[in-house]
Amino acid sequence: MDACYQLRDVSFRYAQPWVLEGCSLDVSDGEILGVVGANGSGKTSLLKLMAGLLRPQKGRVCLHGSDVATLPPLEMARLVALVPQESQVLFPFTVGELVLMGRFVHQRGWGWESGEDLRIARHAMRIMEVDHLATRTFQALSGGERHRTVIARALAQHTPILLLDEPTAFLDLKHQIDIYGVLKELNRERHVTVVVVSHDLNLASQYCDRLLLLHEGRPYRTGPPKDVLTVEHLRVTYGCDVLIDAHPMTGTPRITLPRAEARPHLIPQ
Amino acid sequence: MDVPILASAPADMSFLPALTARRRARALVVLVASALIGIVLCLQYGTERIPLPELARILLAPGAATDSAAGVSPAVIVWEVRLPRLLLAFLVGASLATVGVALQALLRNPLADPYILGISSGAALGAALALQFGLAWAIGGFTAVQLCAFLFAAATIVAIYRIAVADGRIPVQTLLLAGVIINAILSALILFITSLSDSTSAFRLFFWLMGSLATLGYDGLGALAVTAVVGIGVLCAQGRNLNLLSLGDDPAQGLGLDVERVKRVIFITTALLTGAAVAVSGLIGFVGMIVPHAVRMVLGPDHRLLLPASALVGGTFLAVADTVARSLLTPAELPVGVITALCGGPFFIYLLMSHRKEAIG
Repeated sequence: MDACYQLRDVSFRYAQPWVLEGCSLDVSDGEILGVVGANGSGKTSLLKLMAGLLRPQKGRVCLHGSDVATLPPLEMARLVALVPQESQVLFPFTVGELVLMGRFVHQRGWGWESGEDLRIARHAMRIMEVDHLATRTFQALSGGERHRTVIARALAQHTPILLLDEPTAFLDLKHQIDIYGVLKELNRERHVTVVVVSHDLNLASQYCDRLLLLHEGRPYRTGPPKDVLTVEHLRVTYGCDVLIDAHPMTGTPRITLPRAEARPHLIPQ
Repeated sequence: MDVPILASAPADMSFLPALTARRRARALVVLVASALIGIVLCLQYGTERIPLPELARILLAPGAATDSAAGVSPAVIVWEVRLPRLLLAFLVGASLATVGVALQALLRNPLADPYILGISSGAALGAALALQFGLAWAIGGFTAVQLCAFLFAAATIVAIYRIAVADGRIPVQTLLLAGVIINAILSALILFITSLSDSTSAFRLFFWLMGSLATLGYDGLGALAVTAVVGIGVLCAQGRNLNLLSLGDDPAQGLGLDVERVKRVIFITTALLTGAAVAVSGLIGFVGMIVPHAVRMVLGPDHRLLLPASALVGGTFLAVADTVARSLLTPAELPVGVITALCGGPFFIYLLMSHRKEAIG
């Protein structure tokens, strides 16, 4: 397996405190890497650094050996598609128009869509089950439908690397496992490398080859889910005790949240 | 998953009715035809009405009619007075509407136009200075007033850009705020210049600031026409880029757009267009905001169609508005800015209300 991403000693901050500090990471070609960690542990920043949307103050983010900072946006977008946590569309674009924008890197000049663009966009919409919404405007969709539209756009981009930030947030149960099913299938059939930030430890545990557990801007543990998701590690990084057993179908770690005690006098009378 | 990843789907356009080539072509043909018909109809009106049959004769046989016994012949009125003025109005309207579309996409703010950013005020200050100091020179067909407007608009853009840019990016909020502040400073300076003027030129400045399309003749038209055609052409070529840019900096870059480069192109082009338009017409306020809105409501937000369509609609709109402005109270002439605001406002409210239901339902 070749190294796809190489992060060397990457530090990043927006203002004063470091969001990420001394972060080193290798992502192999064709793996599914899950990035987990508590709120504010630097997951989203890490993903944006990998997508080239943020530049580290220290260290280097390399993609296939070249520094992401030196790659022009067009070249970057041919290699990497990013699904952000939230998307806002101000103007009344339809689902079809938005998914077709994923074809930008493959178009030239004035850029009217080719038959190939339409075919791929249509297919991406069918995979994400938004094809029946194609002529609806983005604003008229529910949160989950919007999110699936944005994922469909990333699929239409046809990149060898997919970065996803909380792809299952807003989604109902069926679409949660559907998304991971699609990622798994892309990974197997097209050898797509997937980096997925997730709050859902159970889904990450089931579907990811490897997990990166971030703690206060630093990698705390990296490895297969069964090594990373332990009671001890989660106590340190998330600050709570969880129950862990094996998933009845896959045998991967299954996390169950304990019942929290009522906290008297927390809410003033 | 029901749909196999590697399967293929038919390449039909049924899911994109707004994008079909036929619909695009039809929209543009209709708009070009409306523009031509609008201009011909407007040629009838003025101090003296020229009936359509006579107008047709004049238009079809140029140069054949200078035989009027007394006064100015209708042919001269049509060719030397009304047509250049209508073309001027068309070019200014087209420029302002296109600039509006570009700025709204750039700032992801449907209320953005050259006025909010202070670009028009910058151009107006330049023009006011040139008028106040009576600069009469010209370079290559561009008058001193035009060049000053143009330079000050560009300087305003650069100033706003410098204030708002951070780490090579332009956060939208900072940009808008910078625009508001620059606008306030420039307006104060314009008022200062006006207060220094004697009453005649103060009145002239005041009238010009309200937005008027006083005749330049063909000489002044040439420079504007070159700027407008080049500028609008450059912006229209950015349609695909503006679609992405309107999604936000990060999504646009993620989809492969060189965001900062496109922003620079838009800034420079909008400065040129605004400077050229303001220099000849003063502050005409409603075109850059209302035309893009109206066109977007009817034809959708795709900038590849929205930009040329807004240029055509903006041009026709201002040509008609100017005709109304100068024929309503003949021989007196209203500032066209008053007309654009008075008919633009209610139209805008109507569009907003009739489309709100569809947009939600």
